[in-house]
Amino acid sequence: MFVTFVAIRLVPGDPVEVRVGERGISPERLAQFRHELGLDQPVWKQFLDYVWQLLHGDFGTSLATNQKVLTEFAALFPATIELSLAAMLFAALIGLPAGTIAAARRGSFYDQTLMGLSVTGYSMPIFWWGLLLIMFVGERWGFTPVSGRIDLIKYYFEPVTGFMTIDAWLSGQKGALKDALHHLVLPAIVLGTIPLAVIARMTRSSMLEVLGEDYVRTARAKGLPSWRVVGLHSLRNALIPVVTIIGLQVGTLMAGAVLTETIFSWPGVGKWLIESIARRDYPALQGGVMLISTTVILVNLVVDLTYGLINPRIRHG
Amino acid sequence: MAEPQTATAAVLAEAEPVGPAPPSPAHAFWEAFKENRGAVMGLAVVALVVLLAIFADVIAPYSPNEQFRDAVRAAPAWADSGSMRFVLGTDSLGRDMLSRLIHGARISLFIGLSVMGVSFVIGVLLGLACVSLGNAVDVAITRVMDLIMAVPSLVLAILVVAVLGPSLTNTIVAVTIVYLPRYVRLLRAAALAELRKDYVTAARVAGVGPLRLMFSTVLPNCLAPLIVQAALGVSDAILEAAALGFLGLGAQPPSAEWGTMLADAREFIRSDPWLVTLPGLAILVTVVSINLAGDGLRDALDPKMRRS
Repeated sequence: MFVTFVAIRLVPGDPVEVRVGERGISPERLAQFRHELGLDQPVWKQFLDYVWQLLHGDFGTSLATNQKVLTEFAALFPATIELSLAAMLFAALIGLPAGTIAAARRGSFYDQTLMGLSVTGYSMPIFWWGLLLIMFVGERWGFTPVSGRIDLIKYYFEPVTGFMTIDAWLSGQKGALKDALHHLVLPAIVLGTIPLAVIARMTRSSMLEVLGEDYVRTARAKGLPSWRVVGLHSLRNALIPVVTIIGLQVGTLMAGAVLTETIFSWPGVGKWLIESIARRDYPALQGGVMLISTTVILVNLVVDLTYGLINPRIRHG
Repeated sequence: MAEPQTATAAVLAEAEPVGPAPPSPAHAFWEAFKENRGAVMGLAVVALVVLLAIFADVIAPYSPNEQFRDAVRAAPAWADSGSMRFVLGTDSLGRDMLSRLIHGARISLFIGLSVMGVSFVIGVLLGLACVSLGNAVDVAITRVMDLIMAVPSLVLAILVVAVLGPSLTNTIVAVTIVYLPRYVRLLRAAALAELRKDYVTAARVAGVGPLRLMFSTVLPNCLAPLIVQAALGVSDAILEAAALGFLGLGAQPPSAEWGTMLADAREFIRSDPWLVTLPGLAILVTVVSINLAGDGLRDALDPKMRRS
């Protein structure tokens, strides 16, 4: 809180001047502006006012649009959530089986290839990866659209949930859901790449650990088929650390969302944050960073608490 | 107890020449490192990139900022219209891509190494301050570090750059702030574990002063995980800096930073795909090889941390 406040006050460039524009206005009007924005108060008072507002759930007013930062954030956040969920789904659906198979066939060609791919995925500059996909999948082969959430010329409906896929489905317009999904595919793949690499790797090492346990040997000795031993007995126990890792990826997702949304013109909070910098809209930047961090902290807290649910051995007292 | 000994031995080896004692720490380390083929390959590529960066002026065929107005966006040599004059083609201002990529290696490595160096030193100092200067300092530093870690890495870096203004130096500052907590926490945890051990008590009883106790008794035994973190931190720093460059918040044009080059090339994604492909490939290859080498370093330095 304090950090964002101090940091943002130091941003070069006067927001009032940005708002006024090049033409200039009379000094009296300028002073009035400053007064409205509270910028004529001493800094400590500005900070106390800011804290007071925060405690009342007021994250300030955007200088560019004159709307509440919270309102703007709330309007754009579902787009980011939708993208993040899709990315996570992609990462988990591929990462879990891939990691499990790699562990079951440890040292095989498949295992080595997968681990090689995992390092590559983990090291991927996702902004470049996004551009590559746009270049090949989007432009050259024409499989998917490369920007936005839906074809606005063809489909229009009022947002109900803020989730484009659900809204498109609710609207009942033919082809709308398909179009929304088409728009979602590439950004989700790009954003999901790093979590995918992390999940595959984590699943593999967690499985390897479990596969060495006594109860797994017992299950094998009982003559259970291999898929049962791996798929049921081991996977269930191996999943515990993996689920935690999935939850803790939310920070990575938010950082990745900034890049992904910028590349794909996805109207979420990440793109909005970058645009706020260009506009020197510091209440928006300040509020945005605060809100994103709060989200990350909350999700991590929830993950921490649910950990006890999936793993009764370490219930929180 | 392999790792504290290796670390101490490595430090000792630097301080005083070790005789022909079998097998020397460096040799033992190399034997362990060699087992991992990926790590050796990674190290080889890293070495190549380092050489390219050091001798960029000699190796690069042209100056990175020299503009050939007669050959704007020339195709690379393998394309139909390409020529050997510009092996990897030229960008929208007619600058030779190969030369820019080679000079970009210098910038990226410079960023990676400076971030690593600065956060290593500050991280060690803050970490040791945590464990030795009493509870209040510990709580204060730990809280600030938690605060930094709560903000997603790139978002924090963007915030810092928005405050300081976009430039190469500020990129380094921003990325350093983002990665500092890792070092501090790692060192704090390691130092706390070491402080409980008998040899520290023995040193204390022997009358070793607090500064000496921290820097020459405890610190060397905490170094192994820190060195691994530092190696892997270089690749993270390079990625983060490239992302900032791509967003227009990092090194500014005409700098040949890879991320900045990518941002410049975005509008030619349809007409001249190599302008987008090459800088990204350079980032990917560098980061992958550093990560591979770092993984090998971890396995060799500390068998306990080995990923199964």
